[in-house]
Amino acid sequence: MYDFELLKPATIDEAAAMLAEGDAQALGGGQTLIPTMKARLAQMDRLVALSGIDAIRGVCTDDDGRICIGGGTSHATVAREYAKSYPALASLAGRIGDPAVRSRGTIGGSLANNDPSACYPAAALASNATIVTNTRDIGADDFFQGMFTTALEEGEIITEVRFPVPEKAAYEKFIQPASRFPLVAVFVAKFADGVRVAVTGASSDGVFRWSEAEQALSDDWSADVVAGLAAPGAEGMISDLHGDGAYRAHLVKVMTARAVKGAV
Amino acid sequence: MGKVTMTVNGKSRTAEAEGRTLLVEWLREGLRLTGTHVGCDTSQCGACVVHVDGAPVKACTVLAQELDGAEVRTIEGMADADGSLGTIQQAFQDYHGLQCGFCTPGMVMSAASLLEENPKPSEAEVRHYLEGNICRCTGYHNIVKAVMAASGQEVAPVAAE
Ligand SMILES: Cc1cc2nc3c(=O)[nH]c(=O)nc-3n(C[C@H](O)[C@H](O)[C@H](O)COP(=O)(O)OP(=O)(O)OC[C@H]3O[C@@H](n4cnc5c(N)ncnc54)[C@H](O)[C@@H]3O)c2cc1C
Ligand code: FES
Ligand code: FES
Repeated sequence: MYDFELLKPATIDEAAAMLAEGDAQALGGGQTLIPTMKARLAQMDRLVALSGIDAIRGVCTDDDGRICIGGGTSHATVAREYAKSYPALASLAGRIGDPAVRSRGTIGGSLANNDPSACYPAAALASNATIVTNTRDIGADDFFQGMFTTALEEGEIITEVRFPVPEKAAYEKFIQPASRFPLVAVFVAKFADGVRVAVTGASSDGVFRWSEAEQALSDDWSADVVAGLAAPGAEGMISDLHGDGAYRAHLVKVMTARAVKGAV
Repeated sequence: MGKVTMTVNGKSRTAEAEGRTLLVEWLREGLRLTGTHVGCDTSQCGACVVHVDGAPVKACTVLAQELDGAEVRTIEGMADADGSLGTIQQAFQDYHGLQCGFCTPGMVMSAASLLEENPKPSEAEVRHYLEGNICRCTGYHNIVKAVMAASGQEVAPVAAE
């Protein structure tokens, strides 16, 4: 890893000012960025550690009943705090990587990175979450813009993520055991005004909503209705040594049906 | 370069660190605490797991300067006060939970975190919790037995799923 200067701001404003100057990048839990820097796929003059900013850590509930998770909150904290109030989200957080990854990795880092196989983007998109930054609020439908691409501007910091809590939801992860990321995973969320289905690990455009399943499930909330749908098209799906596009497309359907069956 | 101070196994320790110095380098090269191993250096294997402020972390995937002031526990801090093996370490010996021993420091630290969170885990919970610790030798069964024994529970003769 090339050397850099590590900066440790205590407030969001300080961090934003440091990120605005020269060649600087934010460090969340480092569980993606540090391996990337070791592989020399990323380098910078200054790394701005967000871990000392208390204001972006921790969880609460807002006046609309949405759960609000600070951008610097670890996966382990989300797994622990939401076991009762949003079990599908807690279960997702509790299955990311392994315990040591969950101690350090943060929701803000996961969303900002938008790995096409990451877990949190599926939860944010299916729950219609709002991603709050130091400058604005971004709806999940606008936030994710393709593999490793988001609406974030250079130096913009995710300070909070607000999740409306669905009536029922589940996250079904078909694990790729070597990486512990999903091969394909599906988050379904049933709200009073309709169902949202978000898929990760499958498309080379990153997380996406499977609209045919959303319509069918909004009319009839049952795993059987998913069985009657055609799987999404295999073109545009990730094809690699772990599974080809057609296999991933098939898994989308299977994981969606399982998620509906298991939703709480 | 800057000086970084942490409480390591109960003692205040100081050593130099660059921006890029990893916790594991700071421990091994700065403090000569070489019990913490580097298996992969790519955040996959768990040989480098130590506790930071009570939580398990991969010491190869955290920067030393970020942890100035932190409380760290390594495998060197797992023995009993008189220097004899701690409960988990003794169980690894009794149940042949190690062969070459390379993964063992990380295994023991992860197992200790598990038993702090969940003092009487089921066998499935042990396997799930140790997912991030890779062992090339044992085939895991004896590690699982050792952790079950360390938790004071009965050890099944043949480990199941
Ligand atoms: C062995 C292993 C297994 C894993 N398994 C999974 C898995 O199953 N599912 C999964 O989803 N992930 C998995 N991950 C990735 C893990 O969840 C990471 O924690 C996460 O992707 C990145 O979060 P971070 O806080 O570590 O961010 P970092 O690595 O610090 O940063 C990642 C990127 O986000 C930026 N960033 C960080 N925080 C913010 C912020 N608050 N605002 C704006 N930008 C920010 C950084 O500049 C960087 O570009 C795994 C990682 C490892 C090492
Ligand atoms: S050396 Fe840290 S995870 Fe392998
Ligand atoms: S005992 Fe050799 S790697 Fe585990």
